[in-house]
Amino acid sequence: MKALVFERSIPRIAAARLAGNIAPGLGSRWGALRLIDTDEPTPPAEGWQRVRPLLSGICGSDLSTVDGHASAWFEPIVSFPFTPGHEVVGVTNDDVRVVVEPVLGCAARGITPPCAPCAGGNLGRCERIAFGHLSPGLQTGYCADTGGGWGAVLVAHDSQLHAVPDELSDDAAVMIEPTACAIHGALAAGDVSGAVVVILGAGTLGLCTLAALSRLSLPGTVIIGAKYPEQRAFASELGATIVVEPNEIRRAVRRTTHSLVIGDRLTGGADVVIDCVGSADSLADALAVVRPRGKIVMVGMPGEVSIDLTPLWQREIQLVGAYAYGTEGQRRTFDLAMELVHDAGLGRLVSARYPLDRYVDAIEHAATAGRRGGVKVVFDQRRALKGRQRDTSARSTTAAG
Amino acid sequence: MPRPGFVLEVDRSTPPTLMWHGEGFRLERLPVGSRVIYAPEPLDALDDPDGAIRDALANPLGDSAPLAALLRPGMRLTIAFDDISLPLPPMQAPDVRQRVIEAVLDAAASAGVDDVVLIAALALHRRMTEPELRHALGDGVYDAFAPHGLLRQHDAEDPSNLVHLGLTDLGEDVEINKRAAESDLLVYVNINLVAMDGGHKSVATGLASYKSLRHHHNVRTMQQSRSFMDQHRSELHSANWRMGRLIAASGVKVFQIETTLNTETFPSAFSFLQKREWEWNARDRASFLAVSKTLDRTPPRLARSIFQSIKSPYGLTSVQAGEVEAVHEVTTANVHRQQLVAVSGQTDVLTMGLPFICPYNVNSVMNPILVACLGLGYFFNLYRGKPPVREGGVLIMSHPTPWEFHPVHHPSYIDFFEQVLSSTTDPVEIEAKWEESFATDPWYIHLYRTTYAYHGVHPFYMWYWCAHALQHLGGVIIVGGDARAVRRLGFKPASTLRDALEMASDVVGPDPSITHLHNPPIFLSDVT
Repeated sequence: MKALVFERSIPRIAAARLAGNIAPGLGSRWGALRLIDTDEPTPPAEGWQRVRPLLSGICGSDLSTVDGHASAWFEPIVSFPFTPGHEVVGVTNDDVRVVVEPVLGCAARGITPPCAPCAGGNLGRCERIAFGHLSPGLQTGYCADTGGGWGAVLVAHDSQLHAVPDELSDDAAVMIEPTACAIHGALAAGDVSGAVVVILGAGTLGLCTLAALSRLSLPGTVIIGAKYPEQRAFASELGATIVVEPNEIRRAVRRTTHSLVIGDRLTGGADVVIDCVGSADSLADALAVVRPRGKIVMVGMPGEVSIDLTPLWQREIQLVGAYAYGTEGQRRTFDLAMELVHDAGLGRLVSARYPLDRYVDAIEHAATAGRRGGVKVVFDQRRALKGRQRDTSARSTTAAG
Repeated sequence: MPRPGFVLEVDRSTPPTLMWHGEGFRLERLPVGSRVIYAPEPLDALDDPDGAIRDALANPLGDSAPLAALLRPGMRLTIAFDDISLPLPPMQAPDVRQRVIEAVLDAAASAGVDDVVLIAALALHRRMTEPELRHALGDGVYDAFAPHGLLRQHDAEDPSNLVHLGLTDLGEDVEINKRAAESDLLVYVNINLVAMDGGHKSVATGLASYKSLRHHHNVRTMQQSRSFMDQHRSELHSANWRMGRLIAASGVKVFQIETTLNTETFPSAFSFLQKREWEWNARDRASFLAVSKTLDRTPPRLARSIFQSIKSPYGLTSVQAGEVEAVHEVTTANVHRQQLVAVSGQTDVLTMGLPFICPYNVNSVMNPILVACLGLGYFFNLYRGKPPVREGGVLIMSHPTPWEFHPVHHPSYIDFFEQVLSSTTDPVEIEAKWEESFATDPWYIHLYRTTYAYHGVHPFYMWYWCAHALQHLGGVIIVGGDARAVRRLGFKPASTLRDALEMASDVVGPDPSITHLHNPPIFLSDVT
C-alpha cells in the first residue's frame, strides 16, 4: 500500500529543520517524510480492525514533526518508522464510516487492569502509552505498529472507533478529532461564565476552541487574535465578541478590561487566555494579557520555548496544559465533538484536499493555510479507495470466473 | 480693497487647480464645466490691535459694564482662554490671546485684583505643553502665573474642581469648572476662527465635564445641526445656548471677549497657496516648484515637522467684549464678512483637498479619524443654507490618510480605529454600543489627566462630527490615501482624481456636476 512514512533519520530530520526554518512546511521536501510502498499494518490482537482512511487532516503537531521541530520529549513515546495522521475519518472492512480516537491507551494496548486515568475515561492522561502489546506511541499516527491516516490502511482498536452519523459529511467528520481537542481545552478553562476570555490563534484549533467556548461555556467576552481576513470572518461567525489582529490583542484586552498600564504591561487583564498557537511569542502574549491569578490554558503544542516566567510567579498565574481528550464530566469528548461539529458547521473549515502523492504541496499549503485563505488542509484518499475497490472487484470477478 | 469670494467655472483655459494633500499638494485639472469656489481675499488687519482691545474692554456690548468697572480689590478673577485647537495653524507671536490677556491683567492690576487664575479651556482636549502655553500667552504671562500654580488647565475629570449648576429645561446637566463658576468674574478670551466658535459654547463646552458635554456632543445633535456653522440651524448651538443661559442664571458672571482674524493663513514662502492659480506670478510658480520638489524628497515625518512649525501671519480684524450673546452676534457678522461666499445650487460631486492640520493634531499626527472629521465634519459643514453637495451626492477628498497615530496624544483613537471602526462605521450603533465604555475607561482618564492625551471619548466625537455628512452623502472617496485605512473608515480609495470621478459616477450617474472647495483659506459657502 501507499503510505507516507516518517523515519528516524537524524540527517534527514536536521535537513527538515533547516528547510522548515526557511519556510514553514518545506521540511516535507528534504526531511524524513517519504511516500513509499509498504506492507499494510497487521492487527496486533483480537478487537482490532482495518480502517481505510477517507480524509486525514494535517495539524500543527504534524507540521512540527515534518519540519523537524518536534520536542525531544516525544522520543520515548513514539516508535519509528511511523505513518502520521491522527485526524481520520475512514471506513472499516464492514463499510462502516468511522472516526478514529487516536490515543493509544490501556484498552488498545491490551493492558488490564487499565491505569487509573484510563479507568476514568481520561485516555489523554494514560500512564501506559509505551507499554503493552504495541510499540510506544502516544497516538495512532505516532506508533510504528498501527499505521496512520496518511496511509492507505491503518489498524485501530474497537475502543478507538466512533461510527459517524449519516448527517455528517466527510469534511465534518475529519474535524471531529481537532474539535475534541478544542473542547477539552475550552473546558480546561473552567467556569468562564461572564468572564473575559482571550484566544490566541485563529487556525483550526483556535476557531474550534472558539466554537466550543461559545456553545459549551458562557463567557462574557471572547477576544480572538486573527491574522487573516478569512480567519476573522470565521471568528465572527463562530461567536467571537472582539476580533482583532494578533498585534492588537494587548490593546483590545486592556480596553475591554479597563486595565491600567505600567510600561508595556497591563495591571489587570483577561480572566483566561487559551493559547492555541504554542510558541514563545504566544505564551509571552498570554502572560502579558492575563490578569493576576488568571489562567492560561495551553492547547497548542508548545515545544521548547524560552520565556520569562517572572510574571507567572509575581501575578500568581495558573498555567495549565490541555492535551487531547477523554471524558468531560459524564460524556466522552468525542461525542461532544460530533455534536459541536454538526451544530457549528465546522466542516466548512476544511478548505483544501490533496491526494497522498501531492504530499509536498499539501504540507506546504497546510503550513501557510491562513495566508492562503484556508484553515484545514486534508489528505483525500477517496478516489484512490474507489480505484482499489474497483481493482478488488475486478480481481474477484476474474477469480470467480 | 480685498476681493470677495467667487465661483469659477472651469473652461479649457483654466490652469490646473491646486489641492492640499496632507503635507503636500496636487495640481489637478478639473473637468470643463466644474465649479471652483474661491474664498474672499484676507481682510485688512486692524492697524492698532492693542488699542482695539483696550477700546473693546472699555466699551462693552450688551448689558455689561466696562471691564474696569467689574474689577475690585479682593475679588476672585478667572481668565479662561481657547486652547491649542485655535487658530490653525498657530499664529505668529504675539498670539491674540496674549494681547487680550495682557490687557485684562493690566486692568486687573490697576483695580488691585490679586486673586487671578488663568485656565486653558480644554474641554476634553489634550493638555497644552509648556512651549504651547508660552506661545499662546507669552513668556511674561506664563512666568508670572505658571510657577505659582495660577496657570491651570481645565480638568474635566477632576470631581473636586467641578460644580453642577443644574439642569436645563430639556434636562441637560450643566457641570463646569468650579473655580470659573465660583469666581466673581469669569473673563473668557476667544479666537473665533469659524462661525461655530464662541458665544455660550465657550464656557458651556470649553470648561465643561463629560457629563455635561454628552448632551450635545452626540449623533442626534450633529444630525440635527445643518450645519453647526449656522447658528440658526444648529442644535449644537441651541444646546450650548440653553446651557449658557443656565450658567448666567446661576450667577456666574461672564465677561466675553471675542476676536476675529483675517485669512492670511500662510507666510510668504507659501503665498501661492492662497492665490488664484491663473494669477500666479513667476515667484509663485518658483515657490510652488521649490516647495513641491523639496517635499518629494522629504521623509514624511520631516515634512510633518516642517508644516507643523508654520506660524500664520493672521491679522486681527475685530475684537468685541461684554455680554455673551451681544458680543457673539457682532463676532459672527465679522466672521461672515471675511468668510461668506455666495454659491448658487448644489452639486453632484464635491471635491476638496485636505491639509496637514485640523483642530486636534496641532504638533501631532493627522490620523485617519481626524482626516474623516476634517473633511466630513468641518469642511462639509462650512455652509449656510444647504450643503454644497446634494443629498446622495459624492464627496471626494484628497489626503494621504496614513494608518498612523500619535501614541501619546491619541491613545483611544487607536483602539477606536482598531476595534470600533473594524466592527461598524454607523455613528448611531457606535454611540450606543461603545461610547460609555471608552468615556469611563480609567486608563484613558488617567492619560487625559496626567499626560497629553485627548479624552477617551474624543474619537467618538470626531466620528459624530461626520454624522450629518454620512447621513447626507451617497459615497465618500479619498484620493491618494492608504487603501486599508480608507476602507476601515468605510470610504473608497482611489489613486487619482480621474479614477475617483469615475467611481463617483457609479453613484450619481454619468456627467455629474462637480464643485471644488478651494482652500486655503477656509470660507463659508452660502448656498441658495
